[in-house]
Amino acid sequence: MTRRRTPVDVVRAAPGPAFEIRLDGRPLVALPGQSIAAALWAAGVLSWRTTRRDGRPRGAFCGIGSCFDCLATVNGRPNQRACLVPARPGDTITTQEGHGHADLTV
Amino acid sequence: MPISPSDTHDLVVIGAGPAGLAAAVTAAGFGLRVALVDAAARPGGQFYRQPAPGLGAARPEALHHSWRAFARRTARLDAQLAAGRVRHFAAHHVWAVTRDPAHWTVHAVTGPDGAQGRAEVRAPHVLLATGAHERQLPFPGWTVPGVVGAGGAQAMLKAGLVLPGRRIVVAGSGPLLLAVAGTLAAAGATVPVVAEASGYAGYARAPRTLAANPRKLVEGAGHAVTLLRHGVRLRSRSAVTAVHGTDRVEAVTVTRLDRDWRPVPGTGQRIPCDALAVGHGLVPQLELATALGCATRAAPDGTWALVLDDQQRTTVDGIWAAGETGGVGGSELAFVEGELAAYGIAHRAVRDSLRRRRDRLRRFARTMAAAHAPRPGWTGWLREDTEVCRCEEVTAGRIREAVSGLGARDTRTVKLLTRAGMGWCQGRMCGPAVARLAGQSGPAADRRPLACPVVLGELAGEQG
Ligand SMILES: Cc1cc2nc3c(=O)[nH]c(=O)nc-3n(C[C@H](O)[C@H](O)[C@H](O)COP(=O)(O)OP(=O)(O)OC[C@H]3O[C@@H](n4cnc5c(N)ncnc54)[C@H](O)[C@@H]3O)c2cc1C
Ligand code: FES
Repeated sequence: MTRRRTPVDVVRAAPGPAFEIRLDGRPLVALPGQSIAAALWAAGVLSWRTTRRDGRPRGAFCGIGSCFDCLATVNGRPNQRACLVPARPGDTITTQEGHGHADLTV
Repeated sequence: MPISPSDTHDLVVIGAGPAGLAAAVTAAGFGLRVALVDAAARPGGQFYRQPAPGLGAARPEALHHSWRAFARRTARLDAQLAAGRVRHFAAHHVWAVTRDPAHWTVHAVTGPDGAQGRAEVRAPHVLLATGAHERQLPFPGWTVPGVVGAGGAQAMLKAGLVLPGRRIVVAGSGPLLLAVAGTLAAAGATVPVVAEASGYAGYARAPRTLAANPRKLVEGAGHAVTLLRHGVRLRSRSAVTAVHGTDRVEAVTVTRLDRDWRPVPGTGQRIPCDALAVGHGLVPQLELATALGCATRAAPDGTWALVLDDQQRTTVDGIWAAGETGGVGGSELAFVEGELAAYGIAHRAVRDSLRRRRDRLRRFARTMAAAHAPRPGWTGWLREDTEVCRCEEVTAGRIREAVSGLGARDTRTVKLLTRAGMGWCQGRMCGPAVARLAGQSGPAADRRPLACPVVLGELAGEQG
């Protein structure tokens, strides 16, 4: 079978060197410029948070910063919208459980 | 980042999508000093999202249609930036606009997620070009990972070059679905079916509007050809009424709908997939406008839009609006309206042809909005245990109980009784659904105290 076309092929992307990030200690590869959510999707990970009440898994939903389903703890800081925050080499992402000690008002 | 209250311009444009971009470059062309403030790192808005520079995309336009219209404006933007007539405040999330005697002050938090610092810019005129977000209607299983917004999937694909799965069902209503399905398929996903809850008959009832908008027809035909080429089936009058899988999507059930979007019993068909991209049109982002007291009107798709005059002025003196804030209408209309607003703000005479183009595109937008407006029967997709509010995990059953048992009649009361809409997203995702379940014929215009989340310290006026 021929290899599937990928989004990278379609725009003829020649990304800078890939780098490592970690999700709950597990190493994953990200491309420069990708948001944390994009890097997780690329690794086949669709959820990285559990809900406060029922502990249900969640990940990125709206993709543009309005739903807050993609909240993650990034380098120890909770409540980061993974769809907005760019991935950086060495980032450690931790599955965020519950409300992650919200310090924001909405 | 320093606070910069001394930054005074002739115009602050909030939003660098098609509307804001066109307004900024046109106004700068007339000699105005413009501040272009946008939450994203690069201009383009929701439609013209591009891969980050680090991804080295040689052909970003491969994931877009009408890229040229955008490239023309960004070239002008670059020239105006170099000439110092436009300043682009990227990664600035505006959370409030306030009035002093002679100016508007636009307050923003900075950084990708708004946590880096804050900034203020001032001007006698403000243009609200904040666009829209997707409208979501709940159904059993819509919180399962792998269910993503249709526009969201599009945005993540365009900016991050990623897909949520390999076999992706596209569902909901509105013309965006066709664009999304086409792009996902072009990028390598298998799209077994697009389920559109409405039919396409609504368009046929407005033949003159269609005939006056040949480019829109060509655009539609273009999508149809793309879908055909990728073997994507389009099913109208159908909706996803269940998602199967607990920790991630394994399949969905697509059910036929009657004219009122009630599911037709016994017509459910299970379709294996690993992701679902879903959305029911767009909702204008009006928080900043309603906080300023700008008047709103009900749009034919059941959303609220700003009341605007012929020059794109809102009902508040000095506050202008263009693009989706005046009613969802697409990027071409947004470009035209942004330009028109700039003419008005700079007191320049407008070519009649530009105004006619806006009116023609607005009429098309109305036809489209009416054709895809949600019909009341969608509440028949819900089970008692279906979550309606994703943030606070409030089920349809609890909302119905608040309405029938406790007498709630509107979104506000339902919210107080159940917490639906009180979580992180402040009802952006569940608002339209809660309003409907509360028996309101349409949702109330958005009223949120802040347009984006702000660290408490910011509100207290401290450095965050
Ligand atoms: C997720 C999504 C995906 C879409 N995909 C497509 C598509 O593929 N094809 C298509 O034809 N149409 C698409 N649309 C519709 C398309 O976005 C609009 O038709 C068009 O872009 C409207 O232009 P605009 O300038 O009015 O608003 P937008 O393009 O939405 O631009 C609004 C801008 O305002 C900024 N903004 C909003 N609020 C704030 C704030 N408080 N502070 C600072 N900045 C702010 C946003 O960051 C954004 O850049 C999509 C819409 C959404 C919501
Ligand atoms: S996916 Fe909605 S906020 Fe990030």
